[in-house]
Amino acid sequence: MAGFLARRLLSYAVLVSVAASLAYLLAATALDPRSNYADRTPKPPPAVVDAQLTALNLNDKTPLLQRYATWAGGVLHGDFGKTVTGAPVNEDLKRRMGVTFRLVIVGLICGSLLGVLVGALAAVRQYGWFDRLTTGLSFLVLAVPVVVLANVLILVATWANENVFGRYVFLVSGEYSDGLTTGFLGHLVDRLQHLILPTISLSVGLIAVFSRYQRNMMLDVLDADFVRTARAKGLSRRRALTRHALRTALIPVVTYFAFTFGALLTGATFTEKIFGWHGLGEQLINSIFSNDVNTVAAISLLAAVAVLAASFASDLLHAALDPRVRA
Amino acid sequence: MTLSEEQLAEGFGAVSKVPSRTRVVARRFFASTQGRIGFAVLALMFLLAFAGPLISPWSYTDKDFTAFMQPPSTRHWFGTLQTGSDVFAVTLRGMQKSLVVGLLAALISTALAAVVGSFGGYFLGWTDRTLSWVTDLLLVLPAFLVLAILSPVFGPGQWALFVVMLALFLWMVTSKIVRGMAISVKQREFVQAARYMGVPPVRIIFRHVIPNLSSLLIVDATLNVSTAILTETSLSYFGFGIQPPDVSFGTLIADGSKTAVYAPWTFWFVAGLLVVTVLAVNLIGDALRDAFDPSSGRRR
Repeated sequence: MAGFLARRLLSYAVLVSVAASLAYLLAATALDPRSNYADRTPKPPPAVVDAQLTALNLNDKTPLLQRYATWAGGVLHGDFGKTVTGAPVNEDLKRRMGVTFRLVIVGLICGSLLGVLVGALAAVRQYGWFDRLTTGLSFLVLAVPVVVLANVLILVATWANENVFGRYVFLVSGEYSDGLTTGFLGHLVDRLQHLILPTISLSVGLIAVFSRYQRNMMLDVLDADFVRTARAKGLSRRRALTRHALRTALIPVVTYFAFTFGALLTGATFTEKIFGWHGLGEQLINSIFSNDVNTVAAISLLAAVAVLAASFASDLLHAALDPRVRA
Repeated sequence: MTLSEEQLAEGFGAVSKVPSRTRVVARRFFASTQGRIGFAVLALMFLLAFAGPLISPWSYTDKDFTAFMQPPSTRHWFGTLQTGSDVFAVTLRGMQKSLVVGLLAALISTALAAVVGSFGGYFLGWTDRTLSWVTDLLLVLPAFLVLAILSPVFGPGQWALFVVMLALFLWMVTSKIVRGMAISVKQREFVQAARYMGVPPVRIIFRHVIPNLSSLLIVDATLNVSTAILTETSLSYFGFGIQPPDVSFGTLIADGSKTAVYAPWTFWFVAGLLVVTVLAVNLIGDALRDAFDPSSGRRR
């Protein structure tokens, strides 16, 4: 088992470095930091622009491989270089990482737990009203992209604030309100008010996907011999279902988890941008528009690390659930 | 007539009565409510997108300078934008682009998945290791991220290039499934027979392996249409996909969401059409999967 995990980790490390290098090379080729200086008035002399770009390791007159070597050397020492404005990328991303992390983790926990729960309940009462309702709803949810869902949520929340509550219950912009003087509890409530809509927008899709998948897996094991044996052994129906059926049905879902994580990161990007959270996803979109090669490459690297960390976590969970893997 | 001849004759009689596979699948597809609804709605959407502009009095380039930001009326069925454009005409124009982009991207990506997956599964060894590694590598970076980084390359009017790039980042998961199935098809007698007859491997893959995976590929291509439309929408929403002067669902939703609070018609019509289209495609994909799967009918 340890050997297996070690081999996995090694191959993940190789994948991360290749993926990050690829992302850097793509970004350095496709983005054009020089164009940032084109609309400045007064127009800076070419020599000054060149000197500045070289200082930031963004000069397209330097050969691509040489720029890549400088960047990769920095990354190996934990330095992601400088943004187009000259500020260090590390400082900026360190602040933003926490924001994205909070959003993704809350969304992930809500989404996967509720999804598994809904799917399992639907499977236990197959073709009951709950099963039909959730099947219909998940079809609908899977047809709504996050960009539409987030905007619809904002519109509905604004409407509800005005017409139902008469005050601001749902806050639709940012992570917290500035200048609150209400103490710890007030801050907490304020954060929750900001958190609720982005979390819904992020986790509803996950719930739909996970519940469909969990339902199918659960249906496959419900009629299995080992569940009948567990019942015959004298376990209550609830215990047989949770201890034996659910646990077995979770195994393929855990593998599936690794595949959905990339989609979750993408969803977090849209959610951050639309709800005005200053996280990594928002910065990615902004830095593509400002031709900020180093920031784009750094965020790509973090995304690759996150996807592979999720994949590794799913390996571990798999081992925890399935004794055959541990052997 | 000997007994064996009689059996033979009976056998042939029975064979001629067996309907073709396409027919069986089509019958099972249209027997399900999902399939019927999905097919009807999608057909309606196509009709709307491509025949709708013919009956509309306004074209997507027309500007009505007497009506800015007006709600739906008999003159402008879906209302007008800030610029005086007719929302109905513009929405249909965006819908055409989104449908075409979705269909093409899904076709290309499924074809790619079929080729990569079956080559890996058939040849195994180094070919497989290399192809699997490339597949894994592309799965590490979220497709949106790579496409967004590449967005400056496909500038205004280059939507064909965008379709190709979109397809290049949608095929990975399918190719993993195809690879697994190709490994098992390789063991089947007809493939073995073809190999011993000296048919070149590439020919075996295209003539025997891929056709035997067609049911998976058709279902996957259908579901990829909705994935492609959704990805296109998200990319275009942030300005990374379809660029002006072209319009698509994504660009329209992005513009509409800014004015949705006081002019709901600029947002809800296009958002609704997008959701209905994707829903119809998903229903068709699901019904097709059931129609192709011989065991699914018995479970109900």
